[in-house]
Amino acid sequence: MIKVLNSGFYATIQDRGRVGFAAKGIPVSGAMDQYSSAMANSILNNSDNAAVLEITFGGCKLQFLAATIICISGADFSAKINNEAIILNSRIQVQENDVLSFGKINFGVRTYLAVKDGFKSDKIWRSRSFYPQITNDFIIRKNDLLPITTFKSDLESSNTSVKTVKSHFDSNEINCFKGPEFELLNKHQHKRLLQESFTISNDNNRMGYRLTEIIKNSLPSILTSAVLPGTVQLTPSGKLIILMKDCQVTGGYPRILQLTENAIYKLAQKTTNQFIRFRL
Amino acid sequence: MNKQITYKPFGTKAILIEWKAIIDQEILNDIIQFKENISAQQKEDYTDFMIAYNSLTIIYKEEVLDFKKEVEKLQSIYKSNVISEQQEAHIWEIPVCYDVKFGIDLQEISEVLKVSIEEIIQLHSEKIYTVFFIGFLPGFLYLGGLDEKIIFDRKENPRLQVDKGAVAIGGKQTGIYPSNSAGGWNIIGKTPLNFFDVQKENPCFAKAGDQIQFKPISVDAFYQLEKEVTANTFIISKTLQHD
Repeated sequence: MIKVLNSGFYATIQDRGRVGFAAKGIPVSGAMDQYSSAMANSILNNSDNAAVLEITFGGCKLQFLAATIICISGADFSAKINNEAIILNSRIQVQENDVLSFGKINFGVRTYLAVKDGFKSDKIWRSRSFYPQITNDFIIRKNDLLPITTFKSDLESSNTSVKTVKSHFDSNEINCFKGPEFELLNKHQHKRLLQESFTISNDNNRMGYRLTEIIKNSLPSILTSAVLPGTVQLTPSGKLIILMKDCQVTGGYPRILQLTENAIYKLAQKTTNQFIRFRL
Repeated sequence: MNKQITYKPFGTKAILIEWKAIIDQEILNDIIQFKENISAQQKEDYTDFMIAYNSLTIIYKEEVLDFKKEVEKLQSIYKSNVISEQQEAHIWEIPVCYDVKFGIDLQEISEVLKVSIEEIIQLHSEKIYTVFFIGFLPGFLYLGGLDEKIIFDRKENPRLQVDKGAVAIGGKQTGIYPSNSAGGWNIIGKTPLNFFDVQKENPCFAKAGDQIQFKPISVDAFYQLEKEVTANTFIISKTLQHD
């Protein structure tokens, strides 16, 4: 078990998501930055669907009640074990009662704590990903106990670490495809969409990111149809909404762009007031 | 199957197929039949099929590398006219208590539309509604078939909390809130049933193409059924749908 001493800002257990239930209205969920969560799992030789803890902006403090092997990948929040700095993207043996904490935010928004064999919280509809009214918990809280497997010695231990690819965090280029309603926009609107930069508003979370700039339009609503994580919707008031992992399965706003999977992962490491550019 | 349909890539792992943009039972049947025919072949290639009013979105396990070739394959399935066996469609009987205790907007609707509360309840419960698809919230059914006499616009200011089980009218649509949530529809009653049950392998009993009929029940019956639903002893009444 891992005991939550301090829940921090926002942390949830996530795997690759609840795939195959969209026809019942169930969001896919799953880690927002699956590039980083997959990196942490692969360094521990976990299966790629092993559940990890997605930690937004750090702030949390966790105590290991059993020895295990961990790896942290993604954002750099100055992770420490018993107040000693640890390196991202490396295998680390932790002992019973060790405490993991975070400090200064160096870069990124979401970091991933993987444990050997993955977190073992309840699996509902083939996934452990937290979601309100599906899993019992939808956020970790102080004094929660998070189930893990005990590993006392690490036979594969090494001092090497994988280098962080900085462009994953620094680049503002968001690659995308034309969305189903892209062609409804006129030349001028296309130009603005693809040449200007857009600011992420403070309304950004696991469900979606709203952007600040407005694209005036008179597009009609569409008959409610499927939306996906990475779909960019344009509202009648001109706001752009980029849907993320916890988004609803259907929507009625025109879908003007569709982010690549890698662009979703990059965007997951950005937050309020940062800017992005769409690239077709 | 002979309707005009279009195919669009939707990212690299999904294809969106669209029919004429109208709400129509015949289009729904065509979508469902096409979906069954696709999933009868190479089922393992897909993770999900999302049906909506005039669209079918196929979600693939892997990236679709050759969109044109994939569309040709889908087109030949569509034209093949093979009628693969469909899942049985059901008519589900949904008990609803329309007492003003739960139907908190009945009074207002009655006054504005000049239709008595009794008549609203009768018009709402005598119709058989078609489930077009599930979306918006887990287990939220998009139903078609509301009587024109009780069409009533959404509230200008949505309520911050609508109870799970609330039966409501939003413009031309009627529906049931599957979980507590904010919502702008006008509430006319409440059902004790779960439309979204985490205890069950299948999250929601209904599916696109099924039908729903509401059955008025008393306040006492509501509380009795609520107990049975909680104890997991209640079995929803259903009948097979025939052509």
